[in-house]
Amino acid sequence: MSGAVVLRGGTVVDETGSRRADVVVADGVVAAVGEGLEAPRGATVLDAGGCVVAPGLVDLHAHLREPGNEEAETIETGARAAALGGYTAVVAMPNTDPPIDSAGVVREVLELGAGACCEVRPAGAITRGRAGATLAPLAEMAALGVRLFTDDGAGVQDSRLMRRALEYASSLGVTLAQHCEDAGLAAGGHMHEGEWSSRLGVPGVPSEAEELMVARDISLSRLTGAPVHFLHLSTAGSVALVRAAKAEGLRVSAEAAPHHFCLTAAAVASYDPVFKVNPPLRSDADVAAVRSGLADGTIDAIATDHAPHPPEAKEAPFDQAPPGMLGLETALPLALGELGLPVGQVLALLSWRPARIAGLAPGHGGPVRAGVPANLCVIDPGDTWVVDPDRLASRSRNTPYAGRTLTGRARHTVLRGEPVVIDAEAQR
Amino acid sequence: MKHLLSVADLGRDGIEEVLDLTDSFVEVSARAIPKVPALRGRTVVSLFYEDSTRTRLSFEAAAKRLSADTMNFSVGTSAVGKGESLRDTVLTIEAMGVDAIVVRHGSSGVPWQVARWVDASVVNAGDGWHEHPTQALLDCYTLRERLGTLDQRHIAIVGDVKHSRVARSDVLAYTALGASVTLVAPPTLLPPSLEGWPVEVSHDLDGVLRKVDAVELLRMQSERQTEALVPSLREYTATYGLTRERARLLPDEAVIMHPGPMNRGVEIAADVADLPRSVVTRQVANGVAVRMAVLFLLLGAGTA
Repeated sequence: MSGAVVLRGGTVVDETGSRRADVVVADGVVAAVGEGLEAPRGATVLDAGGCVVAPGLVDLHAHLREPGNEEAETIETGARAAALGGYTAVVAMPNTDPPIDSAGVVREVLELGAGACCEVRPAGAITRGRAGATLAPLAEMAALGVRLFTDDGAGVQDSRLMRRALEYASSLGVTLAQHCEDAGLAAGGHMHEGEWSSRLGVPGVPSEAEELMVARDISLSRLTGAPVHFLHLSTAGSVALVRAAKAEGLRVSAEAAPHHFCLTAAAVASYDPVFKVNPPLRSDADVAAVRSGLADGTIDAIATDHAPHPPEAKEAPFDQAPPGMLGLETALPLALGELGLPVGQVLALLSWRPARIAGLAPGHGGPVRAGVPANLCVIDPGDTWVVDPDRLASRSRNTPYAGRTLTGRARHTVLRGEPVVIDAEAQR
Repeated sequence: MKHLLSVADLGRDGIEEVLDLTDSFVEVSARAIPKVPALRGRTVVSLFYEDSTRTRLSFEAAAKRLSADTMNFSVGTSAVGKGESLRDTVLTIEAMGVDAIVVRHGSSGVPWQVARWVDASVVNAGDGWHEHPTQALLDCYTLRERLGTLDQRHIAIVGDVKHSRVARSDVLAYTALGASVTLVAPPTLLPPSLEGWPVEVSHDLDGVLRKVDAVELLRMQSERQTEALVPSLREYTATYGLTRERARLLPDEAVIMHPGPMNRGVEIAADVADLPRSVVTRQVANGVAVRMAVLFLLLGAGTA
């Protein structure tokens, strides 16, 4: 068991509010929270002066690529990147090779994640092989603790199958999450359809390809009474649909990725495939709608959609390169810097709300008080740094923010009482 | 000028500079021995990832008439079939010592990527649906030859604009030189958005033909039928093809253009392509001189 840790001189911010307090951690749990606390004998004292001490961040959407694509990322490297980004838990997407569509692969991912720098919770596939044809063994996976299911990378196209999945899942206490993309309408597209795709001669994906499935799944949630979580919302129309569904009282939740509130399709003018992502970077109006959805609570969480690809994959022609960009190490500063929201609201989007959607609360994202598991991050909101792809902990380099100056960074991250990041350096 | 990637890189002055220089290379091409030593010792490599007859040969002829050494890289004979990445291929070619790389690729944007990876000059010889700047320059040259100027002239571009790199470059070039452009196509063959395009759009070819100085037909591919963009090529020809009857609607001085290769009987009737007002073979002839001008401007400074 690791020794005691004191986070000294920070401001604790959690769901209950904000107060100046030291936090003492021992035996994996928060031992005490208060001003001017004594450090236990032999404790590691970490400076939190000028910093926010918060529940660890929780990412609903990370592609850790293991098993099967270890040249892009491993659970070890992805979890290290997450911890450096302030995360204490990530949900690992099931589009691995083999996909996470059985109890066996769930066990493998849980075992690989056991010694990682953050808690790794696999999401399971909704359909076998993510092929969209037959249901995966949802109950077997749920019995191992899987709480989110998705065929992410693709949406479940067959409306009847999606209805059955929602009905079946509703008895398991789990949530189905949808990658909303109508495959027929989106076919052949490589960027957002509109002014830029027309000018650049790149086949586009219209916003409606996403919105059709958002609208369908809202209807199916109404029909079945089952909850639906919408992954990476990217269009103004999707935000409006979710807002209306929530007003109606339906059990829907939604996330948005930092690149959908920081970047637009104009970035594709460089033809650098680092700006290729699915859903694609959209218009200024879509960015504004995603920001307003985050501000008014329509969108519950910021999720990274961290999608590593090795350099050679992104050195292909734009229409041949795979979609996806890194996100774990840049999400926090982008959320703090770009949204213009109070820090407590940003942390709600990054920590306690996603923790609830992932079924990880209150062990992650819960209020910082004595007795709770010590999954914490210490954020220096004034730390200014330049994104250097070669200095990221991810095994891949495909960040769209190379060279960008960001403000705000996780200074320390504490996982189950152990400091896994100290002074922005990973400890394992 | 380091690269020629887009017509937009040139602007009106740049286009006119190329066209003026082309005059002198047209003269060179008419000589008994059509060759000048302007680029002796320079190496131009053609990197073609897509089938092309006229563009590849035209660049090769242009380079040879300027006395440059030429190398050819085409997909069928290369290591690409062995899985070599685009970047590795480009770096391999550059390591052999080349001054200019002429790139044709089926994916939009590849010349921009290549230009980021190499020190050599890059000439875009056609990228996906995006641009084909030397085609636009030779089209401008051909029109200037026949019409005197493009200023205040009216040009119709007819057909599959959506998938056409020629149309994108021509719109930029014609409008930069003061012409007005009307795109004529079914909505399925237009780009999804024309925001920022300085063009008019019409679906009435007969009406447009009566008032243009030039009409340019775009190649209509049979895949457009299987993609449900048009019900049939027959219906396309009936509504948007330049038939013999439609050609009679053109004003007396108006010219007919086609970037080739033509589908006679689809977008253009067989005998219409051979009318005196058709400048299709002039376009090909001028293509060599225009490409000489481009290569000279990119590589010739200080050595001519």
